[in-house]
Amino acid sequence: MGTMLKVEDLQVYYGSIHAIKGVSFEVNEGEIVTLIGANGAGKSTTLNTVGGLLKPRSGKITFEGKDLHGMAANKVVSEGMALCPEGRRVFQHMTVLENLEMGAYTRSNAEAAETLEHVYELFPRLKERYRQVAGTLSGGEQQMLAMGRALMSRPKLMMLDEPSMGLAPILVQQIFDIIVDMNKQGTTILLVEQNAQMALSIANRAYVLETGRITMSGDAKELAASEEVKKAYLGG
Amino acid sequence: MLANLINGISLGSVYAIIALGYTMVYGIAKMLNFAHGDVIMVGGYIAFCSIAYLGWPPALAVLAAVVVCTMLGIVIERLAYKPLRNATSLAVLITAIGVSYFLQNAALLIWTSNTKVFPNIFANLPGLTLGDMQIAPVTLITVLANIVIMVALTLFTGKTKMGKAMRAVSEDKGAATLMGINVNRTISLTFAIGSGLAAIAGVLLCTAYPTLMPTTGAMPGIKAFTAAVFGGIGSIPGAMLGGILLGVIEIFGKAYISTQLSDAIVFSVLIIVLLVKPTGLLGRKVNEKV
Ligand SMILES: Nc1ncnc2c1ncn2[C@@H]1O[C@H](COP(=O)(O)OP(=O)(O)OP(=O)(O)O)[C@@H](O)[C@H]1O
Ligand SMILES: [Mg+2]
Repeated sequence: MGTMLKVEDLQVYYGSIHAIKGVSFEVNEGEIVTLIGANGAGKSTTLNTVGGLLKPRSGKITFEGKDLHGMAANKVVSEGMALCPEGRRVFQHMTVLENLEMGAYTRSNAEAAETLEHVYELFPRLKERYRQVAGTLSGGEQQMLAMGRALMSRPKLMMLDEPSMGLAPILVQQIFDIIVDMNKQGTTILLVEQNAQMALSIANRAYVLETGRITMSGDAKELAASEEVKKAYLGG
Repeated sequence: MLANLINGISLGSVYAIIALGYTMVYGIAKMLNFAHGDVIMVGGYIAFCSIAYLGWPPALAVLAAVVVCTMLGIVIERLAYKPLRNATSLAVLITAIGVSYFLQNAALLIWTSNTKVFPNIFANLPGLTLGDMQIAPVTLITVLANIVIMVALTLFTGKTKMGKAMRAVSEDKGAATLMGINVNRTISLTFAIGSGLAAIAGVLLCTAYPTLMPTTGAMPGIKAFTAAVFGGIGSIPGAMLGGILLGVIEIFGKAYISTQLSDAIVFSVLIIVLLVKPTGLLGRKVNEKV
């Protein structure tokens, strides 16, 4: 199991706001790694920076041995990394199928057609509704679409930013089951969650982020059992 | 009555072609490119010079106008608007007005303020006789061009990968980037298409109303902008509908109410429509981000 993603001493600013203050972590091939933390801790900022949407002030991001520094944001996906962003951000006025097609933007039509079948297997609901305009889907369906869309690029590493946000418990369970499925089929997962309990239950390893710094890290089960994490993130 | 209607549709078709440029650029770059009208004027001059000074056949002159305006659109975006991608909309608007004045004054320097009389490039084509009414070839071609452009754009944005990417960019640039779409190139392409269409509109306009001067594009530009807002800015069918309705209202206003007041009538209709339906006829609500 080699290191797939390595982030070293990442510093990210929004203007003069110092949001990420020297974050380092790594994700190994085949793992599910979760990044947990309170609101405003900097989880999304970290993912968006790795995904290329934000430019770090300093620090190093290496993906499969390749330094991503200075790479255009739209090229990152071709390296084998997909980000399923916070708030889903599906293309509301486009159909389900068109959204999925956009997910495969960098790939040939033949490759995309093959992956589409796979995504439909994972999300049969999307197949039923392929002609529906995405904005009219339910929240859970939109989350499935966002995940399916990210999968369409056949990523080696899938980054998910709060996939359970705003979903009913039964759907949350379903989404987490699918994440585990994706992982079993060979996709490495970097998962950001507020729902720390669920995240820790499926992850191999975890990092705890607090106001822009990593304060704890280790085996997910051990962290889940630690008093500090229980108190701060698991409601007792 | 029928003659007025046909004239209105023809004028409206020119507005519609211009409005498409406004609306596409607005949809993607979320900015009002007030220099768009002046690109029409440049297209008119390029076609004029190609015919009058170089003796080129009209088809080649139109092509030259399209090529020059397409490049002009790309250059304007690159030099004037791209550096302002994250600036306030007011700064962008002021810049666009600046670009508009720049183009008008550059035209004044190059081509002077003397009015040029645009040749009737469709003179050799047959018109259409309906009963005792003559329809000029320029009218037919304008309406036809409008239909062809409308269909082509609808197919482009609805069926092609690049067109869909354009819609994706117009909805959410960040998400589009995550898909691997090059947002800057998509915006460039939009300016290119809009400006190419402006060149065609310029030639059609100058053929129908054959006086060409540096301010020729200004009024049609504003009217087409009105048409785009009227139809629902950002919407391609909206631009088409808005353009044609505006043309018809203008011609009918001139014919039945008052020549002097026709522009006032046009703008009053706009205000009324916006009071009743702020998003325009076919516009959709802007989604609030959750
Ligand atoms: N666009 C922005 N401009 C300025 N500050 C921002 C911006 N986005 C985030 N921040 C700030 O950066 C910090 C980290 O925000 P971030 O969105 O990464 O947190 P998060 O851990 O994802 O929180 P949540 O769980 O609420 O999604 C916060 O203090 C936030 O206010
Ligand atoms: Mg977040």
